Amino acid sequence: MARKSGRIAAVTGNEAVAEALRQVNPDVSSAYPITPATDIMQRFTSFVSNGKVKTEMILVESEHSAMSGCIGASAAGGRVMTATSSQGLALMWEELFIASGNRLPIVMSLVNRALSAPLNIHGDHSDGMGARDCGWIQLWSENAQEAYDNTIQAFRIAEHMDIRLPVMVCMDGFIISHSIERIEYMEDDAVSKFVGEYKQLNPLLDLGHPVSYGPLILPDYYMEYRKAHDDVMSKVPGIVLNTANDFEKISGRKYGLFEAYRLDDAEIGLVILNSAAGTSKDVIDSFREKGIKAGLLKPRLFRPFPYEEIGNALKNLKAVCVLDRADAFGGSYGPLFIDIASSLYPYKDKPLLVNKIYGLGGRDYMPSHAELVLNELVEVAKTGKVKMIKEYIAVRE
Amino acid sequence: MATPLTLKELSKKDLLLTSGHRMCAGCGAPIIVKMVLLASDYPLVAANATGCLEVSTCISDYTAWKIPWIHNAFENAAATLSGVETMYRSLKKQGKIDKDIKFIAFGGDGGTYDIGLQSLSGAMERGHDMLYICYDNGAYMNTGIQRSSATPYGADTTTCPAGSVIHGKPQPRKNLTKIMAAHDIPYTAQASPSHWLDLVKKVKKALDIKGPKFMNILSPCNRGWRSKTNDAIQLSRLAVETCCWPLYEVENGVTKVTFKPKEKKPLVEFLKPQGRFKHLFAPENENMLKNFQEMVDKEWASLLKSAEGGRASGTE
Repeated sequence: MARKSGRIAAVTGNEAVAEALRQVNPDVSSAYPITPATDIMQRFTSFVSNGKVKTEMILVESEHSAMSGCIGASAAGGRVMTATSSQGLALMWEELFIASGNRLPIVMSLVNRALSAPLNIHGDHSDGMGARDCGWIQLWSENAQEAYDNTIQAFRIAEHMDIRLPVMVCMDGFIISHSIERIEYMEDDAVSKFVGEYKQLNPLLDLGHPVSYGPLILPDYYMEYRKAHDDVMSKVPGIVLNTANDFEKISGRKYGLFEAYRLDDAEIGLVILNSAAGTSKDVIDSFREKGIKAGLLKPRLFRPFPYEEIGNALKNLKAVCVLDRADAFGGSYGPLFIDIASSLYPYKDKPLLVNKIYGLGGRDYMPSHAELVLNELVEVAKTGKVKMIKEYIAVRE
Repeated sequence: MATPLTLKELSKKDLLLTSGHRMCAGCGAPIIVKMVLLASDYPLVAANATGCLEVSTCISDYTAWKIPWIHNAFENAAATLSGVETMYRSLKKQGKIDKDIKFIAFGGDGGTYDIGLQSLSGAMERGHDMLYICYDNGAYMNTGIQRSSATPYGADTTTCPAGSVIHGKPQPRKNLTKIMAAHDIPYTAQASPSHWLDLVKKVKKALDIKGPKFMNILSPCNRGWRSKTNDAIQLSRLAVETCCWPLYEVENGVTKVTFKPKEKKPLVEFLKPQGRFKHLFAPENENMLKNFQEMVDKEWASLLKSAEGGRASGTE
């Protein structure tokens, strides 16, 4: 497949996402500043101020209004995006359900950050996990390249006529958003061709066909609407894969529902989201060199969660550790662990599972932590015994 | 050509809020909405905050709205309409829309004075070309008559019930119209359905002005006011004639009282027919009636003073 090689640049994750948004060139953006996502909108508004994009900005007075503005603009009939983090996403929570319930294809960059209290501006996944069940599609990204590529693909996925759902593209706050990495950009026309002309569906601004958005629906039909939303979610994995195939043709970069790293013949494995997957892969390599069959699974499409595909990829391992960068309080396991356990539930023979909570509020995740966990998995696989299912790591006791 | 604002001409126009909606009999809100929509010769797109008007006019699969209409949530009609209006500007700039469309948001007092104040203030400050209309019935009527910051002094509501220790709402109403005028937007006005010509003129004027506009319109609610079903227009007239709800506008910083009663009626004439003020007429609450009258007098005097610099006021 012939493709032009892209521009190589050394940029931060935020800069890469801002560049993707410039290339996509949405009709409207409505946004409010918050660390660490602010930098995306600062860069983007400078494109607006300098005429590099056609986008009209709405610089609102809160994240609640940011998402409200996105909803109004998207219902009006055009391409819409925003970006936020942490408390901003929490303040939007009510509106997230309204965006997805109205089937509005808004794209939002979520630069993952811890939630208050205590106040902390650094990276963890509490924000995204808190919004996992709001009817949005979530794509998670390991590095700046993936954040850039996922952002571009997100518009195609969101606006697909068979689904019309909002998409959140996640990357780790500071670790990725503010670190400089090598990235390969695509050409502007390749991106605009890939996302294509925005196709309207029931636009509010169509005066010839006046529509009412946001009706009251009582017990007689509410449940049918919720089921329709659930049905549509089941079409998402196929559309995500088709979009990834088309994207590979123009970028040479391959994406799936998740990344399986040295997993085919693995006996022990880690499941981990976003940037910490990179650190873990190096450690997996060193275990492989020692002759230990270790592998890794990094979910990309986290909502809807591809239970069948992930369960199938993990079912033959002996022991798996799910690493969560967020906790689900209430005596339960981390949110990623809960989904992984569910994905393995249908199988009679399945790996033993452990759950480690790591890296909250930006606490470093080091190769030594991955080593510790992998060594424990070797022991679990050997003895068939799990000492403690859930445990915080790299924490003062 | 613009429709002349006469009953004869307006009555020939299509009603853009159809009959068959499910608002209570005698409610002020649909009367106001019909007047507002009749006043416009522009194509309109409306946003609606959660509330009586919203839940009663669009119960799936029915809608009473013959114009494009969006309901998002309670506190964000202004922010939502900001998004719609901005997309309109974007598409118009790109040559994808050629019509001139005007944008109106409708919110009750709860969705405007209280939970939606930030969203409204932000939208006005950003200068969107929209008219925000608050239909003020003085409480959270949709959820069962709970007090809002628009609830008048002394009123009995389900969350500030008139009891033996506390006699209705202890605080006076927030003066939202003044707050909106303080945003230095091109046009702010207060209107009442009793004075229909004043109301439609104000809407028409507002829609012809580019930029953010705000109108506060008194909307009688017989359920919450504990008044007769057929009293909406009479009560809103008494509110104006007692100067409890003065009719005025602030255009580019110039305040103009648009109706001065020949004889200012005593406040009790407005309060007496309403069950929500019944307890104020008990002998032990006499001082509250006195306080309330003083508040109205003070506000009216202050309004007249601020209008002194403006042109001569109209009378009826």
